[in-house]
Amino acid sequence: MKLRLPRALAYAFLIAATLAWLLPVLFALYISFRPYGETSRYGYVSLPHHLTFSNFVNAWTQSDMLRFFLNSVLITVPAVLLTLLLASMVAYVISRVNIKVNIALLLLFTAGNLLPQQVVITPLYRLYLLIPLPGFLSSSGYLYDSYTGLIVINVAFQTGFCVFVLSNYMRTIPAEMYEAAEVDGASLWARYWRMTVPLCRPALAALATLLTTWIYNDFFWAITLISTGGKRPITSALQNLQGQFISNQNLIAAAAMLAAVPTLVVYLLLQRQFIAGLTLGSAKG
Amino acid sequence: MLAIPVLADLAFIWGPALVSIALSFFRWSGIGGLHARSCIPGGLFPDNGCYTGVSNYHEAATNYPPFWPAVRHNLIWLGVFVGFATPLGMLFAVLIDRGLKGSRIYQTVLFLPVMLSLALTGIIWEFFYSPNYGLINTVIGRNTNANLIDWLGNPKLNLWAVLVEATWRQAGYVMVLYLAGLKAVDPSLKEAAVIDGANAWQAFWRVTFPAMKPINIVIAVITVIESLRAFDLVYITNKGTNGLEMLSALIVNNIVGETSRIGFGSALGVVLMVIALVPISYFLYYTFRRKEAR
Repeated sequence: MKLRLPRALAYAFLIAATLAWLLPVLFALYISFRPYGETSRYGYVSLPHHLTFSNFVNAWTQSDMLRFFLNSVLITVPAVLLTLLLASMVAYVISRVNIKVNIALLLLFTAGNLLPQQVVITPLYRLYLLIPLPGFLSSSGYLYDSYTGLIVINVAFQTGFCVFVLSNYMRTIPAEMYEAAEVDGASLWARYWRMTVPLCRPALAALATLLTTWIYNDFFWAITLISTGGKRPITSALQNLQGQFISNQNLIAAAAMLAAVPTLVVYLLLQRQFIAGLTLGSAKG
Repeated sequence: MLAIPVLADLAFIWGPALVSIALSFFRWSGIGGLHARSCIPGGLFPDNGCYTGVSNYHEAATNYPPFWPAVRHNLIWLGVFVGFATPLGMLFAVLIDRGLKGSRIYQTVLFLPVMLSLALTGIIWEFFYSPNYGLINTVIGRNTNANLIDWLGNPKLNLWAVLVEATWRQAGYVMVLYLAGLKAVDPSLKEAAVIDGANAWQAFWRVTFPAMKPINIVIAVITVIESLRAFDLVYITNKGTNGLEMLSALIVNNIVGETSRIGFGSALGVVLMVIALVPISYFLYYTFRRKEAR
């Protein structure tokens, strides 16, 4: 078989792109492993004399990183679960129960998710300052500057996309199954909780992966709706860390790499789920 | 089952979206109440919480220096996404779909930036662009104080530098969506075209591309919306100032920080909303018309 030129070009292009794509991450990783003294003398682009984990240790111990990670967990986990619960209920009603407002509802949710977040932030910011919360839900006393507030907006915003995906998915469940269940006396709730939800497990798993990454990666809501630095989740706290470690870039690199760990773990273990979640929303749309 | 999610969506997304239209006609610092009376011009203190008509819009267009640069930057952003980042992602997808050796590795790496938060992306790239120590300046020998290039600080350069970061992510995103679309196209269609004497180029543009209309529309909408939403990268770089003004960042800078101008920020939000509703309506119209036709 002769080697065709286009094929060779395709290889060259893809390999070059792959290396170029990898370079920024590897470079930051490299800096995070090098001692500050060495890079300040020789620059970042130099051969290593020593490699060390001390930047990671220092970044962790000299900042509130543990706290920021905990904040991320406290916000991401409830937000993902709530989004999936609410979105699957809406999707179920939209795809099964025969009411005329179906399309209108779906339009409402889908369009809401496509709106740039910045469009709603100004009134939302005021609204958050107006809504009081009991102390156990918010130490600030308001929706503003509270975990609850951040969970609420993430749920409200992400529900749209999930409704869109799940209602498409649920449409593929044959109507006969529901008719049979109804004959057997299963209530509306039972048909949702005991039948539809288990059948949607693949879609729910894919969406859970996607949502976890998106909410963990959220920067905008946390920057605008959380004013206390110590309450920010890790992604938005990176900005504060950058200010704190401004004189030591190696520490910033280490902190950034630590913040990337959860998403990289998700990526390596659940890449297929993640991509499935993304493409469920588009390919079937 | 419906009430809570619908109410949440209305209260926190659509409510604020509509309220922002109303607020955009007021002059309000956010402190004190709103009054149903017109602003009194002049006076020692600026009137607060009063109806001011379209003056917020007028001020944005005529007396707010960052506004037009922001519009221009958003348009440049869109132009780069449409003309470069999105086609690049599609090219990646088409090449990977040809089943070359190691295609899983290319795919995994090219998609990696989509997993990272944009805040993190901004930080990672700062090591690339750093004037004295950064990879680029060191390699091209512009890292002494006399000749250094300040990629992220120079207002003539920084938008392009940040667009490289944005492309790094967008191309991978488009690639994955497009790959899924390509896999869904019936391979016999393409085979038939090749048997009829079409080359790979013709087979793609005449057969595969038209067959992928739904995914093409999704990608077009994502491309436009992502350019309007662009915020995180410019904000982590320099809070969206000095060459990196974007509509999204202007909105935030008008509510967070010392100057709390709720009415004016809302007016900017409405401008962004009106622009965003164009691609959104198109997408919804196309998607739901198709659904009803089924």
